[in-house]
Amino acid sequence: MVTLKELTVEELFTSGHRLCAGCGAGTIARMTLKALKGPTIVVNATGCLEVSSTVYPFTSWKIPWVHVAFENAAAVASGIESAYKALAKRNAWNKHVDIIAFAGDGGTFDIGIQALSGALERGHDFLYICYDNEAYMNTGIQRSGATPHGAATTTSPAGKKIPGKPEFKKDFIGICAAHGIKYAATASPAYWNDYISKVQKGLEVKGPAVLHVFSPCPLGMRYDSEKSIEMARLAVQTRYWPVYEVEDGKYKLNIKVPNPKPVVDFLQPQGRFRHLFQPQFQKELEVIQQWVDANWKRITTLCEEA
Amino acid sequence: MSKILGLTGNEAIAYAAKQSNVDVVAAYPITPQTIMVEAFSEYVHNGEVNSEFVCVESEHSAMSACIGASLTGARVFTATSSQGLALMHEMLYIASGLRCPIVMGVANRALSAPINIHGDHSDMMGSRDCGWLQIYVENVQEAYDWTIQAFKIAEDPKVLLPVSVNIDGWSLSFSMERVKVLEDDEVAKFLSTRKPILTIDPDKPITVGALCLTDYYFETKRQQVEALEETAKVISRVNKEFWSLTGRQYSSIDTYGLEDAEAAIICLGGTAGTAKTVAENLRSHGKKVGVIKPWVYRPFPTMEIAKATKHLKALVVLDRACSFGAPYSSLCNDIVATLYQNGKKLNVSNLVYGLGGRDIAPFDIEDVFKEALKMAETGLVKEPLKFIGVRE
Repeated sequence: MVTLKELTVEELFTSGHRLCAGCGAGTIARMTLKALKGPTIVVNATGCLEVSSTVYPFTSWKIPWVHVAFENAAAVASGIESAYKALAKRNAWNKHVDIIAFAGDGGTFDIGIQALSGALERGHDFLYICYDNEAYMNTGIQRSGATPHGAATTTSPAGKKIPGKPEFKKDFIGICAAHGIKYAATASPAYWNDYISKVQKGLEVKGPAVLHVFSPCPLGMRYDSEKSIEMARLAVQTRYWPVYEVEDGKYKLNIKVPNPKPVVDFLQPQGRFRHLFQPQFQKELEVIQQWVDANWKRITTLCEEA
Repeated sequence: MSKILGLTGNEAIAYAAKQSNVDVVAAYPITPQTIMVEAFSEYVHNGEVNSEFVCVESEHSAMSACIGASLTGARVFTATSSQGLALMHEMLYIASGLRCPIVMGVANRALSAPINIHGDHSDMMGSRDCGWLQIYVENVQEAYDWTIQAFKIAEDPKVLLPVSVNIDGWSLSFSMERVKVLEDDEVAKFLSTRKPILTIDPDKPITVGALCLTDYYFETKRQQVEALEETAKVISRVNKEFWSLTGRQYSSIDTYGLEDAEAAIICLGGTAGTAKTVAENLRSHGKKVGVIKPWVYRPFPTMEIAKATKHLKALVVLDRACSFGAPYSSLCNDIVATLYQNGKKLNVSNLVYGLGGRDIAPFDIEDVFKEALKMAETGLVKEPLKFIGVRE
């Protein structure tokens, strides 16, 4: 795993951007660019990271950066990768270029999953990073396919009858791995060396690689902004966010959690789950704990750890 | 030395793209355009081109990949039709907004619902304000010629805008004609390789597609308007160069019989061919009729149309698309605006025809000319907007 000494002190994702204090996406972008090995292009889907880091005429990106639209980061990356191949054929380009696509959970789980699936199937050489803050935070906290059960969003509010989102989160890594890609992994910014090593691994792999990283969001998850990394750590320590990788189809658990904290430790500090602590909805806390246990069992079984 | 090949409209556009040495093609199949994609795939799989062919999972991704490739500095081609173009709609605006000189063959087809796979212009007309240059051709030769010219126009540093080359679905896309084609090296010399100005080059990092709010967005749109205005000059220059290479002369509009015509038809695409044949016959009987065919629909050739209509007494605009709820359909709206802007009081009627691939026959066109002549004589326009060839 990568050590602090090995990281560049150069900041390729600069300060001055307009992300919220404590935003996970900014931390993730900065750590990602610490992992670069050579010429790299970033494609960014529409979302918090995009709108906040490139308010014209300013930019936080010291490497080439492209935003086209919301649902097509993977397709745009396909075009860039193909163009470099074509330019190399006519000797107009002679270097390897790493391509990283960033998208939030809305741009990945929902509107962008078709373009991503197509790009994974075609085998383009790029790294796709989904920073998952578990809702459409940029448009004001609406539910996505990544929003967990019970979470209150503006389109799955904590109502008197329906307490937050009734549905459960998609198995995104399972979907990606099913494409037969060489590398897919989850990560949490609280475990920075695990994450940065995975970015490097994803870039080294020939063909597509996918990272699914938990992105704490003080505004949308409703907790104090200084607690972001703590939330990212609790997500792992409660087994809510298993950190694992799938390499050539083989699952491996990267962070073992032998003595997990109860999931309520992760839920309680977050305003989006506050309603579940009312007596009439408390059974939902058990439902979430059961989901966490079942998901952990499923993943660890795949990792042959169970 | 020009050689002659038997090519359909689709094949001619694919062949022109091949000779234009495109770097990247990202495309998705849709009737009646599919042969363009198939023909190009064959070139790739037979090693006849060095292009990268990205067989995407939708037209939306096709245009997205084209934008990515174009921003990298590649010469880019794609093709689509109908629902595919509609699915691309969002990306069309981004391609022009990010100044990507992509060339796209469009086999024009009706839009759903109800679903229909035949020709009309509803698809491109539905995207006519997307900031692309839009060219409509009459036959397969023109499809070939304009595709090659389209790359040169699009990639000109004064333009840097995408171009669509529109052929009528079915009647042109699948019709085989004798096509005079250039040698590969002649095309290579005419076009040379793309020389992009700004690219996403890791050696010179730039940010593309930033967020422009109330303080800058409007200026970027104003620049696009200016670029389109410049385009007219570039088109004219490229047409001249192409003329000296091939002897085939193009401009933003094509006219027939206008030297003395009193009544004329104006229409886009293949129907102009039928109209010219009918006009020729009527003219041999002393009827003073003519035909105007805009090759270039965007930027709209306002001055040329104003000049061409100067001596007319009546004009019938044939529209192969319906602008629901509007006083006129698409082409006629532009024509009436042009006439008004130039202080020309002319009797104009708008006929919507051929939706969903319904044929328009020479005798239909003959009736249109007769009505136009009557309009010229009486100065009366009975119905400003009519539908022909439809059960009512």
